[in-house]
Parts: sequence; C-alpha cells; structure tokens
Amino acid sequence: MTLITLTPFDLALAASLVLLLALLSWRLRLGVERQLLIAALRSAVQLILIGFVLKLLFAQSNPLFIGLLALLMLSVAGYEVMSRQQRRFTGLWGYGIGALSMFLSSFSVALITLWVILQPAPWYTPQYAIPLLGMLLGNTMTGIALSLDNLTRTAWDKRQQIEAQLLLGYDAQEAISSIRRDALRSGLIPIINSMAAAGIVSLPGMMTGQILAGSPPLEAAKYQLLIMFLIASGTGLGSMAAIWSGSKRLFDERQRLRLDRLTK
Amino acid sequence: MIIDTPVTTTTVLCLLMPQLRLEQFSPLILDPLDLVIDEGETVTLSGPSGSGKSQLLRAIADLDQHNGSAWLGATAADEMPAPQWRRKVGYLPAESSWWEELAGQHFSGTPQLDALGLAQTILHSPVAHLSSGERQRLAVLRMLQQQPQILLLDEPTANLDPHHTLLVEEWILKYQQHSSAPILWVTHDPEQRQRVGMRHLEIHGKQVVQT
Repeated sequence: MTLITLTPFDLALAASLVLLLALLSWRLRLGVERQLLIAALRSAVQLILIGFVLKLLFAQSNPLFIGLLALLMLSVAGYEVMSRQQRRFTGLWGYGIGALSMFLSSFSVALITLWVILQPAPWYTPQYAIPLLGMLLGNTMTGIALSLDNLTRTAWDKRQQIEAQLLLGYDAQEAISSIRRDALRSGLIPIINSMAAAGIVSLPGMMTGQILAGSPPLEAAKYQLLIMFLIASGTGLGSMAAIWSGSKRLFDERQRLRLDRLTK
Repeated sequence: MIIDTPVTTTTVLCLLMPQLRLEQFSPLILDPLDLVIDEGETVTLSGPSGSGKSQLLRAIADLDQHNGSAWLGATAADEMPAPQWRRKVGYLPAESSWWEELAGQHFSGTPQLDALGLAQTILHSPVAHLSSGERQRLAVLRMLQQQPQILLLDEPTANLDPHHTLLVEEWILKYQQHSSAPILWVTHDPEQRQRVGMRHLEIHGKQVVQT
C-alpha cells in the first residue's frame, strides 16, 4: 500500500466543513465562530510550519537544533499549563512548577525510551526523538494542568477546612492530604480512560496515522501500546511532581496556609 | 548567697504557669500590642466588625503572618513547631469547619455531649444536617478535646439561644478551673462580658485599649 498524498484542494475541502460549522455557530448565536476560526487557522499555520522545521531537522540531524526545538516545545507547554490555571501561583512559581514537572517527567521518560527501548542510532535521531517528546509533552501537559488547577482551586475553596485541621495541630501536609489525592487522581483520569477505551471505543490517533501511512496494523498497535504506557507513566510522574511542589508552596515555614501566593 | 530572692520566685512561677504573653505583637492590620493574660484569667475583647478581632486571634494561633512574639509561660511560639503551638492554643473560629462527612469522625473519643445539651446520636449524623448551633457546640467540644493551655474564643455563643449560651459558658469556665488556662474571649454581648470577663479590651481604630 502506498501513501495517498493530500493535495491543497483536499485540505480546502476539509476546511470548508469547519467554515460551515462557523457559519452555523453564527446563525445559532453560539458565539464560538471567532474562536473556532482562529483555532483552525492557528493549527494550519503551526502544523505547516512545524512540517517545514521537521523536514529541515530530519535532513540535518543536528543535536543542537534538536535540543533547541525540544526546549521551545517545553517552554510553550509550560506556558499552556500556566494559562489553564484558574488560580495560579504568583511570580515565577506559576510558570516554574508546571514547566519543571513537565521537564522532569517528559524528558526523563523520553530519554529512557530512546536509550533503553528504541535505541535508534544516534539516540537523538529526530524522527524518533521529536514525535516521542511531542506526544509526551502534550499529554503530561494536560495531566499536570488538570491536577495543579484542581489542587489550587480546591485549596482556595476549602480554606476553612484546611485551617480547622491546622488549628487542631495537624501538620500542613496532613491537612491537605485528601485534596492532594483528589488533585492527583483528576490528572490521571484522562490517560486511564483513554487506555481503557483504546481499541474498543476509539482508535488512537497515532495508530490511525501509522495505518494510514501503510504500517501493518499489529506493528501500529505495538507502537501505540508503547506510547500509551510512556504517556501514563510520564503523566503520573509529572503530576506527582507538580502536586508535591505545589502543595509545599501553599504553606510557609510556620505551616500557615498561604493563599496570598495564588492570584485571584 | 542568693537564696529566695523575689526574682528567683517569679522565674519559677513563670515556668509553671501557662500565662499568655504578647510582646509588641500585631496582626499586620493592628498597632503593636503588649498584653499579659494570667493563668486562670479571662479577658474579653470587643470592637466593630472588621476591626481586626479575628485577625488578632488568628495571628496568636500562628495562622497568619504577624509581628512580635507570643509566649506561653517561658516558651515562645517560634521555639516549637507550629502544629505543636497550635495544639496548645485552643482557637475557636466564629464559624466552625468540618472536613469529614459525619460529626463523630472529628472526635477521637466520646465527648461530653450531654454537658452542652447534645444527644449521643449526633455523632452519627452528617455534619451538613446539623444546625449552626449544634455545630458550634460540637466545635467547642472538639477544641477542648486537645486539652489546650490557652483559649482564644471568637464569639463562641453567637448562634445559641440563652439556655445553651449559659451551658457553653459554664463548660468553658469549668475547663478553665481545672486547667487554669488564660482565656481571650471575643463577645459583643455586654451581659456575657459581665458574666465571664475579669478585664475588658476594646479595639479603637488600630489600637487595642483596656476599658
């Protein structure tokens, strides 16, 4: 089976469906047509750009450029985590906790995979390193954003309950332990759900892509499994790191709940 | 030979008695305050709402940042970990908070429910089903369960009818009798002030003054 290449006309046809949706949104006064069109336009520009960048990168295979792109991806993902917080930490912490947790989990899982499991030569071969890191970042980003948002929002809402426990002599981490547990769980639910539904309810995007590109289905399934396991562990580790440092930051050295460290 | 000088006697007394002492102490919105509440003494505090009464109590319990230092006998709050200090300081906020579903889950043993006019069955009720008065009386029992050495009470009888108000006052003063805990008691009720207080403080502007 050969790859059927898409012409600009094919894409324009698909895009006209989005236009139709925007028109409907305008007629029905849903108010999302603007956002929808901007998002569609953004995705088109970003993906075509990254297509060019990857083409260049694959041809050069220069570790410096690959490293730079990885850092750029991380910093954008860090920004994305921050902007999804209803009550984020003030100052550098707002960016730092999310970005650092993502760095720790995504980069370490990606490196282990490249060094131990896939072992391409050289290990930073961009055809493997970049998509792998991208998928890890994209998913840990969701998990970390959800769990951090849950942590800070619940701490804000349950201020009285936390302080009531502090007053009875509980230490800070005891007083916030159930909130921390719930926050962590909320970050892990999406990947657990997608693992449980994989293959029955949905065919995961990466596997679909490989099949469309001509891979044998079983090979595609094996790659998908690998990626899912990596995503699950990366998301788990990243959310744990974020929740751990976030719940430390919520209290000071005298174990006072410091909600003034969150923006309103 | 220095034997039995008055200085030595006072020092010994200070070590034994759980006296509350504030030195140049202030929550960030009030002027610095020096205050001593002796063992077994009850000082009442009043002031317009928003004047900083609760902030003062919160700061003494070390829930908020503050200036100055708080002492219990010869030990400063900073000398011990915050949870240990808070176990010694029984601060009762104006509104009680509960984090488990059932009332009984907040108690380690069986509290003296009948003393405050509460039925035994209340421990099996969901907290959400209790009236504010019931919750407030339970909060008093919960606070006293940790055997605090000082009491900071923020309108402990605000939601109670006259009968239960007297029961709560009696129970708190009884606790004070056997523990000789100093009490700082926020109240708006002039009669309650007369009944429980030995000295009275008021907040005027940013200052705490004795009346």
